[in-house]
Amino acid sequence: MADELLVSTRKGLFSARRQGRGVWDLEGVSFLGDNVTLTMVDPRDGAWYAALDHGHFGAKLQRSRDRGATWEEIGVPAYPTPPEGHVEKDFLGREIPWRLIRFWCLVPGLVSQPGLLWAGTLPGGLFWSEDHGDTWHLVESLWNLPDRRKWAGGGADAPGIHSICVDPRDGNRVAVAVSSGGVWITPDRGQTWTAHTAGMRADYAPPELVYAPESQDPHRMVQCPAAPDIWWVQHHNGIFRSTDNAMSWTEITDVKPSVFGFPVVVHPKDPDTAWFVPAIKDEQRIPAAGKVVVNRTRDGGRTFETLHRGLPQAWAYDLVYRHALALDDSGERLAFGSTTGSVWISEDSGDSWLTLAVHLPPVHAVIFA
Amino acid sequence: MPSVSFTRNLQRHVACPPCEVAGATVRESLEAAFALYPKARAYVLDEHGALRFHMAVYVDGVPIVDRSGLSDPVPGGGAVFVMQALSGG
Repeated sequence: MADELLVSTRKGLFSARRQGRGVWDLEGVSFLGDNVTLTMVDPRDGAWYAALDHGHFGAKLQRSRDRGATWEEIGVPAYPTPPEGHVEKDFLGREIPWRLIRFWCLVPGLVSQPGLLWAGTLPGGLFWSEDHGDTWHLVESLWNLPDRRKWAGGGADAPGIHSICVDPRDGNRVAVAVSSGGVWITPDRGQTWTAHTAGMRADYAPPELVYAPESQDPHRMVQCPAAPDIWWVQHHNGIFRSTDNAMSWTEITDVKPSVFGFPVVVHPKDPDTAWFVPAIKDEQRIPAAGKVVVNRTRDGGRTFETLHRGLPQAWAYDLVYRHALALDDSGERLAFGSTTGSVWISEDSGDSWLTLAVHLPPVHAVIFA
Repeated sequence: MPSVSFTRNLQRHVACPPCEVAGATVRESLEAAFALYPKARAYVLDEHGALRFHMAVYVDGVPIVDRSGLSDPVPGGGAVFVMQALSGG
């Protein structure tokens, strides 16, 4: 069970530690004042990776091999130089730059692939590193895919890869999810890619494009480690589940108080158990009725429990981003952080919650360490 | 020789005190400075060698014109100043 939590915020990377049963305290901060967009903990060697967005100075990556005591700046992905005169525009006519804008996902390879990391970025490039992030390589097959140019932003102005699932049975099978861009899977470590959105539906799209792969707006996608044929997606349109290794998806519609949201986590051993943080769509994006709640299903999405014990139930307008809900390896400890700087932790699978913080900077991501 | 100075905001991330370098253009002057401070390069230029969107370079108080090629001339004894636009919260 994890006793440490890392909270990536607009103004620094905060760490919290469990002091005893039901007691967690903030105890440190790295990069205070800087925008830490996400953090990855590598279970293979214990290294921590923090992605920073320095705005004017660009996106950077830092690595710590001593659990945050010291950090070293390492390499970042570089986009290729576009062909002479090439200008790429999205469906709104906005230029898509061939430049690294931001890290949006960092994922380790399998235990059998030491040093291998995957990075999903804005504006849509997937990169891999074989040397613990020192150097990075673009997956050119995906970047050059004609359908890649149909990806839209969704949340950010440029398209981005926010979810990467490395199949625990075969590290060459890698899936990515793209907001307003769909789900794409390679069976051969990036040589070929196909869309895997059968069953997904985008009721916000023009009628002709409701089922088009690039219309699908997965907000977050996860694959159950112990039952990797089972996948969950929190989609703009609702919740989707696959039981056939992402070959097809089933929409789950009857979810209260809302089927909309950003994050999803799945239990590491029980594929029927998953958690969501619902919000009102579309433009409002606030908790329903000013109540912060977490939804949990334990039967594969047939029913949901709305969990609220310990969470604010009035005048609360916390929004939880796609990487800001985390589960530890035991499946018992959860944490989530909000755009208004609150962080809550549960030690009983979400039945009850304790408040870690209410005045942190806006939270981008949380992860147990 | 031209001098190259970097905004103090950059010093928080990378030590790059003012230096004197040999260079007839902004590109040559900056690359000479980056030879002294290699980590500063990626903070000022993007992966294609162009000036980052929110960065600015002045030569003797005049903003440069060629933000991607950095071909603006730098006179002997000229002062190259690298700064950032101030924005955000």
